Amino acid sequence: MAYADQDTGHHAGPDKFIWKYVWSQDHKVIAVQYGCTAIAVGILALVLSWLMRMQIGFPGSLEFIDPSAYYQYVTMHGMIMVIYLLTAFFLGGFGNYLIPLMCGARDMVFPFLNMLSYWFYLLSVLILLASYFVPGGPTGAGWTLYPPQSILQGTPGTDWGIILMLASLAVFIIAFTMGGLNYITTVLQARCRGLTLMRMPLTIWSIITATVLGLLAFPALFVSAIMLMFDRVLGTSFFMPYIVHMGQALETGGGSPVLFQHLFWFFGHPEVYIVALPAFGLVSDILSTHARKNIFGYRMMVWAILAIGGISFIVWAHHMYVSGMNLYLGYFFATTTLIIAIPTAIKVYNWTLTLWHGNIHLNTPMLFSIGFISTFLIGGLTGLFLGNVAVDIPLSDTYFVVAHFHMVMAIAPIMVVFAAIYHWYPKITGRMYNETLGVIHFWVTFVGTYLIYFPMHYLGFEGMPRRYYAYEGYEFISESAHSLNEFISVVAILVGVLQILFIINMLMSLKTGKLAGANPWNATTLEWQTPQTPPAHGNWGDELPVVYRWAYDYSVPGADEDFIPQNQPGELGDGREVGDDTGHSSGEGAPA
Amino acid sequence: MAQSDTVEGVEGLAQDWSSDREAFRDVPWGKGMMWIFLLSDTFIFTTFLTGYMTVRLSATAPWPVPSEVFALTLFGESIPLILIAIMTFVLITSSGTMALAVNYGYRRDKRKTFWLMIATATLGAMFVGMQIFEWSKLISEGVRPWGNPMGAAQFGASFFMITGFHGLHVSIGVIYLLVVAFKVKRGDYDNRGYEIVEITGLYWHFVDLVWVFIFAFFYLW
Ligand code: HEM
Ligand SMILES: [Cu+2]
Repeated sequence: MAYADQDTGHHAGPDKFIWKYVWSQDHKVIAVQYGCTAIAVGILALVLSWLMRMQIGFPGSLEFIDPSAYYQYVTMHGMIMVIYLLTAFFLGGFGNYLIPLMCGARDMVFPFLNMLSYWFYLLSVLILLASYFVPGGPTGAGWTLYPPQSILQGTPGTDWGIILMLASLAVFIIAFTMGGLNYITTVLQARCRGLTLMRMPLTIWSIITATVLGLLAFPALFVSAIMLMFDRVLGTSFFMPYIVHMGQALETGGGSPVLFQHLFWFFGHPEVYIVALPAFGLVSDILSTHARKNIFGYRMMVWAILAIGGISFIVWAHHMYVSGMNLYLGYFFATTTLIIAIPTAIKVYNWTLTLWHGNIHLNTPMLFSIGFISTFLIGGLTGLFLGNVAVDIPLSDTYFVVAHFHMVMAIAPIMVVFAAIYHWYPKITGRMYNETLGVIHFWVTFVGTYLIYFPMHYLGFEGMPRRYYAYEGYEFISESAHSLNEFISVVAILVGVLQILFIINMLMSLKTGKLAGANPWNATTLEWQTPQTPPAHGNWGDELPVVYRWAYDYSVPGADEDFIPQNQPGELGDGREVGDDTGHSSGEGAPA
Repeated sequence: MAQSDTVEGVEGLAQDWSSDREAFRDVPWGKGMMWIFLLSDTFIFTTFLTGYMTVRLSATAPWPVPSEVFALTLFGESIPLILIAIMTFVLITSSGTMALAVNYGYRRDKRKTFWLMIATATLGAMFVGMQIFEWSKLISEGVRPWGNPMGAAQFGASFFMITGFHGLHVSIGVIYLLVVAFKVKRGDYDNRGYEIVEITGLYWHFVDLVWVFIFAFFYLW
């Protein structure tokens, strides 16, 4: 089996460039590969959002944007952002980098499978991008891909685009499964001595909970992708009702389009939390570190993560209030939706209370984390509106919904992606990023977000529908709405272009950043205690670390410094003898 | 370790989960991973079956009667579900030989383990063979994924999709069994231990179990 289970003994790792950086089985390299690929497709999705905004703010100004192109932008933008950027970044990127390091392991339990996971992910991205080069272009069905329209003539990309999209999703799910099995097994079975589950940083808790959600939710997408593919390619009628299409009765019929919606959202809602939970965990650790305070209510935070994970499987039909669903079902799903707000609110309170009387360092990661709390709170509150059937029905498919989900699951997690990249950049590269540029980047992004999305709530109330190509000539859309749209578009493009600050910062600091040292933030978690920075292959040199305390011993009274690393023995803070409260820590090696 | 070995029940579970290193004591990584994978795969088959049941209810044309469609004429008499009964019997028998293989694996009896795994793989291959026969019979009677002469088009669609996906699992299982069997014979696991036989067995039993559900929901309903 892998060498990761060996307690001692140094493993040199491969020397050849190609084995070290390309076909690498090192979780840290794989993490960076995942991250860079995700950012690359993310930039494409960002550019697509500019094109959409150009059409909405300045209709007709770009001649190549016809209705088909617009729908293709909407679809590809949404799908890339949700799946290929955020999911891949949080789990493939941060999950890969942090799980073995924070658990004191040498690598994932099955590094080869882990490597395959990345290559399958890359393949899925390539299949997705290939849809730009086939006749008819990518699909324009919307990221929800609802049949029957997604496979009927008239929707852009029904010839090839939709096939490639479904194939790409299936490959992505296979990639995710290979990675996800690794993450869970590593956390459950390959932690270092002394690291009990209740001593794990919240990052780990949230990432593996999100992974479990993925392993149980992606099957629904996988199966519905297969069925939709059959409907499209073989002419089956899983989702096709009897349809008269352009004056002609289609041969297919008798299927259930609502079935697809159920399957899609049985995946789709947990997916929101697959993106949100890792953000919760990362932000908890970043806040605690930069406020020099223990996280408030650690146990409550863990239980809240698990509760959110569990409940997220029984709320899916709040996306379907207007699909023609039994009213009592709507009642059930509205109730569960409001219930899930409770553990979520607990988390927001706990973050705030972590900051309370903290010794707050307002550096870039901290600023982005606070930005996350702010945007997540706003998005969460509008979620309470939309969770109620009576409120949702008039607001459904308006810009209010666009504003809501962008605040809560687009911008908020992106804030955390930035916070976490800045926070762990010194560990990954060994150098500090440029703080001034970072702070400017934060303010541009944060203020920009509010300027872009806040007005959309108003547009939604006015009734401006989403997924429309052209908004001129509707009486209920006022003149002021059009000027607001212009304003939003200008800001969106400006803010988008200014993200170049981030790229510049990351690239320049690789060369010119000052050396970071092992633990620039004086953080407690294990990844900051590695013998080398950046950590070498095998992470821990000759001996695996031993953990004596939880991850949040900051500002412990009586301690020499304002933090005590997890691997430091001693009585202060949470420190206990290894084995005090543990079942079998007496040290037999992990089974090979 | 000695004293915690004896703790059982809920308390033992709590102790395992609050221990360091491992949440499941002495469960090898591969086995843990296989269990998690099977959990995920369960969701895949559950979704397939839920989808099939939904379209069966939504279909407007009458659903073909399984006991008639899946009848075989033997010695001049039409016997309902006879082929499926044999297939099920074969698959369940293969679970038995697999369980024996796991047992002999842990006893390090390489020869018996090898032959029992080969027997399991053979039974699995027989199952796939009969499935191919069933498919060709239905295809020759005009059943297609997009339609069939007996009634609702969704019948053929669900049938080919679900049994196809399950048959794929069995076929992969046969290959997996053969690979592991030959490695057992070669003595690859003498140092590493024979858990791999059990892991293979987990997968194989799972595939059997899924078949029982498909049998119940598709053929008996
Ligand atoms: C620079 C920031 C962004 C801008 C300016 C932007 C803009 C837009 C626009 C204009 C739409 C189309 C709305 C419509 O016509 O219905 C849209 C849809 C969408 N966006 Fe974004 N977006 C941004 C970032 C993100 C991110 C980070 C995510 C990640 C979750 C995301 C997820 C989505 C989704 C899921 C849709 C729905 C697609 C559909 O209707 O099929 N967006 N966005
Ligand atoms: Cu939802």
